[in-house]
Amino acid sequence: MEHNNSTKQQLFLDEHYRQKRKINFFRIIIVVIFVGLWEVSTRYGWIDAFVYSSPSRIIKCFVDMLKGGNIFRHIGVTLYETLVSFLLVNGLGIVIAIILWRRLSLAQICEPYLVVLNSLPKSALAPLLIVWLGNNMRTIIVAAVSVAVFGTIISIYTGFIGTSAEKIKLIYTLGGTKRDALFKVIIPSTIPLIISTMKVNIGLSLVGVIIGEFLAANEGLGYLIIYGTQVFKLDMVMMSIIVLCVISGLLYKVINILQKKYSNY
Amino acid sequence: METLLKLSDVGYSYHTLKGETKALENISFEVEKGDFVAIVGPSGCGKSTLLSMLARLIEPEEGTIELAQPSIGYMLQKDHLFEWRTVYENVILGLEIQNKKTPENLARVDEMLKTYGLYQFKKARPSELSGGMRQRAALIRTLALQPEILLLDEPFSALDYQTRLSVGDDIATIIKNEKKTAILVTHDLSEAISIGKRIIVLSKRPGTVKKEIRVVFRDEFGRERNDYTPMQARNAPEFHEYFNLIWKELNENGA
Repeated sequence: MEHNNSTKQQLFLDEHYRQKRKINFFRIIIVVIFVGLWEVSTRYGWIDAFVYSSPSRIIKCFVDMLKGGNIFRHIGVTLYETLVSFLLVNGLGIVIAIILWRRLSLAQICEPYLVVLNSLPKSALAPLLIVWLGNNMRTIIVAAVSVAVFGTIISIYTGFIGTSAEKIKLIYTLGGTKRDALFKVIIPSTIPLIISTMKVNIGLSLVGVIIGEFLAANEGLGYLIIYGTQVFKLDMVMMSIIVLCVISGLLYKVINILQKKYSNY
Repeated sequence: METLLKLSDVGYSYHTLKGETKALENISFEVEKGDFVAIVGPSGCGKSTLLSMLARLIEPEEGTIELAQPSIGYMLQKDHLFEWRTVYENVILGLEIQNKKTPENLARVDEMLKTYGLYQFKKARPSELSGGMRQRAALIRTLALQPEILLLDEPFSALDYQTRLSVGDDIATIIKNEKKTAILVTHDLSEAISIGKRIIVLSKRPGTVKKEIRVVFRDEFGRERNDYTPMQARNAPEFHEYFNLIWKELNENGA
């Protein structure tokens, strides 16, 4: 590929990078304009900084909490709960999907229940969970798991049974068992699907954790948001929301790297 | 000649809520060691069902299948090489499943990879291979388990015509080299005649054996030649006679 720097190729490359720069430019400019307008409008009193906060107040709030060291505890708790829920959701999802695949009639029996549980708004369960499990981290994690686990089971199971029958037949022609079919064909060929389910789950786990923290926590970013609203410290609320944005962005990025690695399937 | 496989009055039906569909009926034939049998018939006449029964993936509903040696290799329509494995890992899949990754078996696989031009692609992904190479890799995967009988279920049908001819040549030669007995199922008459030593013509559904034809090519001295490659067979004068014979057989009281 070193000898193709003909003028046409050069033009193509230039165009490609120009386009890329253009997109990055607009991506950044949107943030800059938004933050700038926000700051300016609070400075000039167009909107009330007490209610709408402002970028400078958010930064100040963050720096203050940084000095207090509190912010790391709250971020840490939310991250920890999110990761535990995320791992549980995917682990349970895969294991239950495997069981359903092994026992087809069990899958048929469970199907309507899974569908109902999946479409049920899980925030409706959260108050009940507090009563049942108490005002603690366990409740939050169970709430977060319940948000994503049913959808995960359904989509991974659907992926399993969608595996090409001919590929499974190949395993049987080579003298393999159902177990071989599972480990040599079905799971490997479902990995791209599992990863894209994970991509959805990382967001859902975060949603579930925040719902849980709204109701049953005295630490974490969800708690900060609720607490901030109650005592009218909207800077703290906004700051927590922005930290959440950063966290979800980063987690998504991690899964994306994983997906790239397995994209050659 | 030693008889490896004997089918007597084999029948099979598919059952759905809408009713019963008879796929095969009264199938009887024998296969001897070293034979290359081609089974032709209109699509939907139960050819693949027949192979599945021979491979013991399904049991016949009627009749019996006697196997002198239980080791059977099955080559499916597509190569089904797994993209998440390297070519080598694909080729040893059967050995892995049957826990037969012994040094001797692995050495034999290496030998075959070398002989059939795939050794330098051991670590490649299947997508990096050409259609013909993929088919060869699939065949080596089957041969790695040292089957006595090879079942080929339209193994070339997924290839374009050009590749199909050369791969057919290739595969037939490999099977001959490895001294295997083979049963090829196809709906391509020229393929059946050029590769098979014996042709079994099946009727439309429910499939029954309509005719068995021994394919014999003779050179200009009238000597029987069984060393023709499929490509040479296609150019032999008898080829067209066989073609017309089977064509007629298939179209009689059909269509």
